Amino acid sequence: MHGVITIAATEIRIGLRNRWIILSSLILLAFALILVLLGSAPGGEVKTDAVTVVVASLSTLSVYLVPLIALLLSYDAIAGEIDRGTLQLVLASPVSRGAVLVGKFLGHVAVLAIAVSFGYGIAGLVAFLANGGGEAVALIGVGRLIASSTILGATFIAIGYIASASVRQTGTAAALAIAIWLFAVVLYDLALLGGLLASQDGFFARTVFPWLLVFNPADAFRLYNMSAIDALAVGSNLGGAGSALPLSGLATMVSPVAWTAIALGLSTFILKRVRP
Amino acid sequence: MTEIVKARNVSMKFKAVEALTDVSLGVAPGEQVALLGHNGAGKTTLFRLILGFIKPTAGSISIAGFMPGSDAARHVVSYLPEQVAFPKMLTGREVVRFYARLKGAAPEGVQAVLDKVELVEAADRRVDTYSKGMRQRLGLAQALVGNPRLLLLDEPTSGLDPLSRQHFYELIADVSRRGCAVLLSSHGLSELEAKTDRVAIMRKGRLVADGPLAELQHQADLPIRIRVRAAAGAVASVHAEIGGGRINCASVELYCAKGDKMRILSKISGLGAQVEDVDVASPTLDEVYRYFSNNGIEQIQRGEIQCTA
Repeated sequence: MHGVITIAATEIRIGLRNRWIILSSLILLAFALILVLLGSAPGGEVKTDAVTVVVASLSTLSVYLVPLIALLLSYDAIAGEIDRGTLQLVLASPVSRGAVLVGKFLGHVAVLAIAVSFGYGIAGLVAFLANGGGEAVALIGVGRLIASSTILGATFIAIGYIASASVRQTGTAAALAIAIWLFAVVLYDLALLGGLLASQDGFFARTVFPWLLVFNPADAFRLYNMSAIDALAVGSNLGGAGSALPLSGLATMVSPVAWTAIALGLSTFILKRVRP
Repeated sequence: MTEIVKARNVSMKFKAVEALTDVSLGVAPGEQVALLGHNGAGKTTLFRLILGFIKPTAGSISIAGFMPGSDAARHVVSYLPEQVAFPKMLTGREVVRFYARLKGAAPEGVQAVLDKVELVEAADRRVDTYSKGMRQRLGLAQALVGNPRLLLLDEPTSGLDPLSRQHFYELIADVSRRGCAVLLSSHGLSELEAKTDRVAIMRKGRLVADGPLAELQHQADLPIRIRVRAAAGAVASVHAEIGGGRINCASVELYCAKGDKMRILSKISGLGAQVEDVDVASPTLDEVYRYFSNNGIEQIQRGEIQCTA
């Protein structure tokens, strides 16, 4: 346990020193502010809380950006450290490999959580103030977005460790991480869309599609946030699919959490077989 | 005497390559053993086996009675890799504190080891500003923290200037006096400066010598080199008298066994004024090392020298 905390604290320290935290915070903030400024116009017309509309756009942003940041944080964690020779000493010390991985995981999740809280927190606050305040409920929406984005990020951090532990070169791990991102947040959805077009009201659309949607942690994250916003009565184009979903509300977040646990277990299993 | 490291008939095969063949080696508490060999002789492979990073294909290794790589064994061993690297963003003190915590060592030890390796002044600077020698010393500091029972040092003195090398061996002597077993690897005997209790030499994955330096010198029984500078014009007659080879137009060089030394020297002194100077050289540490690591003495070949004088 002592080792886990030490490794996590060191990862956070490195994240602060190499400006990872500040850089990812600024990227998230920049994109979020753009959405806030663009989103404020229609918000007035539809008569919904402007902050809630911003949260809806930010959750779509999260689906793309948060997994990318998470994978960029984690792809280097094992392959890169073995490459540079910094991991051998840690593995020779009396800390189990599982503890090394969990320590890194907690550290990286903390780094991501700080960045997301900073970026989205400021953007949410700007939206809140720019619209002359509003219902405090909308701010809870921002909090929910930050929490669920962190969970989504944790999932992709853990998946990135699988890539990092499976290969020996950092470059290969980076390529693998980008491939994972491209598949999970872009190609997967395109394939589902193609499937829906092919069978608009068949077995696929009714039975397979909803499960496939929840199976992907990024889509599950999107469903969770959209359904939370739906509860606040903002029109959502996912309404049709929502009725047929196998899981709803908070239950959809089971998907990223389960993925995190599986990915951490699998990467520990692989790391135990690494011969530094 | 209970040994801290006990390797018995260890062999290690990587696919087609036989990295280690039937190696048996022990290091006792307080003992310093130097492991010598060319690159690829199997030194690092043996270290990785002792650390438990890899498992031997045959034979067994125990670390203070524990299996290499087990939790108990990792509490015993401290390691300094050949290419030591640390997260660049951390300071020297943070690095040592990090490893002290991982080893469960007392935090007071951090300042003490930084003091020992003379890094106190640079301790709060980031590691990426360190020179190679400083990084090496930082590596030693993290190995020393927590009073390990076995120090495993992979080429610790490469990249160190002679003065820091001297200091390094003083540090090692200090920890071994406290009962720590030290196993270090090196490229050559001369780099060791005859500082370790025992020397083990590896060649192509086999242990070809293991013993105190004096014993190895005796075992190698290398010839002594005698170089005679002849007086002007006398080189041919000196050569005819004592034999050997002419290395230039003024000197004759010959090799003889230890037992023959005095007989040949008295013969040379009998030549009187024909000899200007005599130089006798015992085999150097490097020659002893080359003898074991290359299996035999290289033949010295020289062409005939024509002198017009």
